[in-house]
Amino acid sequence: MTGAELWTTAAVFGPLLASLVALGGRPAALKAGLLLGSVTTLAGSLGLWLQVLQHGPVRHLLGGWGAPLGIELWADGFSVVMLAVTALVGAAVSLYSLSYFGDLSTLDAETSPAGRAARYFVPLWLLLWSALNGIYLSADLFNLYVTLEILGLAAAALVTLAVTPRATVAGMRYLIVSLVGSMLFLLGVALLYTEFGTLALEELSAAAPGGPMAATSLALMTVGMAAKTALFPLHAWLPPAHAGAPAPASALLSAVVVKGSFFILVRLWFAVYGGGSEAGLVLMGGLGAAAILWGSVLALRQRSLKRVIAYSTVAQLGYMFVMFPLLAPEGLGGPDPRWSDDAWIGGILLAVSHALAKASMFMAAGNMSYAVARDGLRDISGVAHRLPMSFLAFGLGGLSLAGLPPSAGFVGKWLLLREALSAGGWFWVAIITVGGLLTIAYVLKVLRHALDREASDGDFRPVPRRMEWAALLLALASASLGVRATEVFQVLLQGGVQPWT
Amino acid sequence: MTSLDLYVWAGVVVFLLALHAVVTRAHLLWKVLAINLMGTGVFLILLAAPARRDPMVADPLPQGMVLTGIVVAVAATALALGMALRVMARTGSPFLTVDPETEEPDPDAPEPPR
Repeated sequence: MTGAELWTTAAVFGPLLASLVALGGRPAALKAGLLLGSVTTLAGSLGLWLQVLQHGPVRHLLGGWGAPLGIELWADGFSVVMLAVTALVGAAVSLYSLSYFGDLSTLDAETSPAGRAARYFVPLWLLLWSALNGIYLSADLFNLYVTLEILGLAAAALVTLAVTPRATVAGMRYLIVSLVGSMLFLLGVALLYTEFGTLALEELSAAAPGGPMAATSLALMTVGMAAKTALFPLHAWLPPAHAGAPAPASALLSAVVVKGSFFILVRLWFAVYGGGSEAGLVLMGGLGAAAILWGSVLALRQRSLKRVIAYSTVAQLGYMFVMFPLLAPEGLGGPDPRWSDDAWIGGILLAVSHALAKASMFMAAGNMSYAVARDGLRDISGVAHRLPMSFLAFGLGGLSLAGLPPSAGFVGKWLLLREALSAGGWFWVAIITVGGLLTIAYVLKVLRHALDREASDGDFRPVPRRMEWAALLLALASASLGVRATEVFQVLLQGGVQPWT
Repeated sequence: MTSLDLYVWAGVVVFLLALHAVVTRAHLLWKVLAINLMGTGVFLILLAAPARRDPMVADPLPQGMVLTGIVVAVAATALALGMALRVMARTGSPFLTVDPETEEPDPDAPEPPR
């Protein structure tokens, strides 16, 4: 077994195996599953990172069977960066979930509601992890569909672990949107197969899809994936679902789950379709710009902590779509357009920084509402004095979202701005800047409430150390990643925007 | 128009009717069944459309995909029905009636697990 085969196997099948272990349901099984899933994915993504950095994109034919009948796993720089950030966020959330539902070793999974939640959370989360890694490593459309469906089912189930009527309805709504999105995607896949007779992304890319059938297919798949990524105006399901879920689930959904369908969109538009059409790219960027404004303004108007963060996700996802038009500054003329490295690295770096920052913010918010047993902005008054670590985590995550140096968010926004300036795209410059200011405004609004001198009355429940550390570690990673951004640059350029040309 | 074309267009019609039903029908059972039917429409297209190129030779790939798709659809439908039952149990209604857009924190919400 070569290194690449070992690491891809570990990343996809490690968490899957761990999920089966955790299905045992006893506290020891839950802990063993979380440990196994974290170790295999961290090792797998680190190993693949080094492989791709040295040898460029790597391929693994599962069981020695290649396309068209077998399943191939394939990794380039984009894949390993997403794998690695998911592994970091995943490990931190796993640590967090050991304490969030109560002390796992004394929990009675049969009778207590918290025990039941923990018992379902762990296997569902590990299954979701395996599906995400499968998406990042997929080399064909059908494999993408299957992993996407597993991701969607596990994610919707995670939302309903919060037993409130509100969260149940939000989870059901999420499931419906997600399933309809998958069906649109599958119809697009069927059309592409009819036209080109292959599902392998590489062969499709070589066929350079064009014509009405390929365009219809891209449109169907884009609408499906945009619904799952909550791209404006298909975002309405996201805030109630992400705000209603239990805190560790919120962190996962906002930080990494939406990135799965975003990853597919980028792969389709650029790697397979070679950019699609210029009008299409501008449309995607325009929707992203609308998402930034709409999401930020609504985040400012929310009165509960988790809803502020959830609307912020709608806004921050917009930045990743602003990358689309900036990637092709000279248009798509000719068979081999010039891709902008600045926009590519900037956009992906923003996705990475959002994943780390948003996970830490949701966990920090989870700590605050864990302590005061409520979620309103008024209810967390003064909580900064009692939970300084969580307060710091939230603040650092917010700084990274807003794009202050030395965070990864700063480097990402800087690169996008530089590309927009050199291409003379003043509209994009304005949007990126205004979005950053609005981000600062809603982060400060939360911090002001937390810093209030008068604490809200009511009980204060001590928060386990582990939960505070999990949030703070991710926030530190996000706020300091800008310093080591060159490592990410190097690996992202392995494969680049259009890896198969 | 061959019989294969007929299958393809039937698939398109089934898909569109089902999509219409997902959007317009409020009852959750309707929605779940309609999503299931959308899948059936895609499967019809997936089997019939590629076969038009050479109707005499069976292409195993779409068949494999449809079989996998059916398995996925069974799992998705089961989960969706289970969750619809949860919605019934927790809100007392088979519709998505609790407006999750309301801003105020839910006064009935139980405390986070201790």
